[in-house]
Amino acid sequence: MAKDVIKVEGKVVEALPNAMFRVELENGHRVLAHVSGRMRMNFIRILPGDQVTVELSPYDLSKGRIVYRAG
Amino acid sequence: MTISTKSAEAIEKMRAAGCVVAETLELLRELCRPGTTTGQLDAEAVRLFGRCGARSLFLGQPHPRGGRPYPGNICVSVNEELVHGIPGPRAVVEGDIVSVDVGVQKDGWCADAARTFAVGRVPPRVEELLAATAEALQVVRREARAGVFWSAVAGRMQDLVERRGFSVVREYVGHGIGREMWEPPRVPNFIGADMDRDDFLLAEGMTLAVEPMVNLGTRYVREQGDGWTVVTADGRPCAHFEDTFVVRRDGAEPLTRPGPGEER
Repeated sequence: MAKDVIKVEGKVVEALPNAMFRVELENGHRVLAHVSGRMRMNFIRILPGDQVTVELSPYDLSKGRIVYRAG
Repeated sequence: MTISTKSAEAIEKMRAAGCVVAETLELLRELCRPGTTTGQLDAEAVRLFGRCGARSLFLGQPHPRGGRPYPGNICVSVNEELVHGIPGPRAVVEGDIVSVDVGVQKDGWCADAARTFAVGRVPPRVEELLAATAEALQVVRREARAGVFWSAVAGRMQDLVERRGFSVVREYVGHGIGREMWEPPRVPNFIGADMDRDDFLLAEGMTLAVEPMVNLGTRYVREQGDGWTVVTADGRPCAHFEDTFVVRRDGAEPLTRPGPGEER
């Protein structure tokens, strides 16, 4: 049975050191997310309030990575 | 992320579970004839599980995003359905392709495999699709040796598939397997932009369920209203082949194949 690569929408609530962010997901949960390498390469700035897509780690649902910034 | 390696004893137990999976797939291949319903395939699989002292890994599997648990014992996905098709009253007809995914636990250890069967004659391009996907799995057998990065193997699988004009699905990936069906790591069938983080070094005794999912048209897929069935975005056919492997020094050994000489 194939494993789902879990992606959810959320909003950045806080920028933390080391390119980490606290993101509030649509379901109200807050997760710690880092920025995917591809987005870092493209110098995409992320600020509190931004809508982002977070890929959750299937192994630890409290951590994720930001793969897309809307808008 | 820690990836476990399994003891020789554990691997033999997984092989025993793998035998049940292989036998079930052979039985279902025979049954995949015009008029058979996907629900009948499910019922026959369960009967065999019972005789072998195995249980379905899929039944009751929690939905990854909080939907209803998986209601079937196996997954049966027809034509444009890629994975996680729920067995039911649909009868297969001549010219269909039927992807059957079977996972069991026996004696505490798991094995998981899938095949796409053609019902009677299918168009040549669809035959090529099935052949390419099956061959992608053969790449794993040769290339997934201890000491090699997974990305090298995934890249070769992706190459093979794309060179023939097919596309690799990105939303679903293979997985580590052992006592649980889904264990770390994620095992993608492609090189993704985030491979820098997801890549891992293969080590002897790692057990992985590798499952290339290949579309005839666009690589994009979507989930049906039932919460589980994944279909291609363009409605064109797709194939899914999977085996549970143990990584060895000279390649990956499948644990979900019939014994030597019985293979077809």
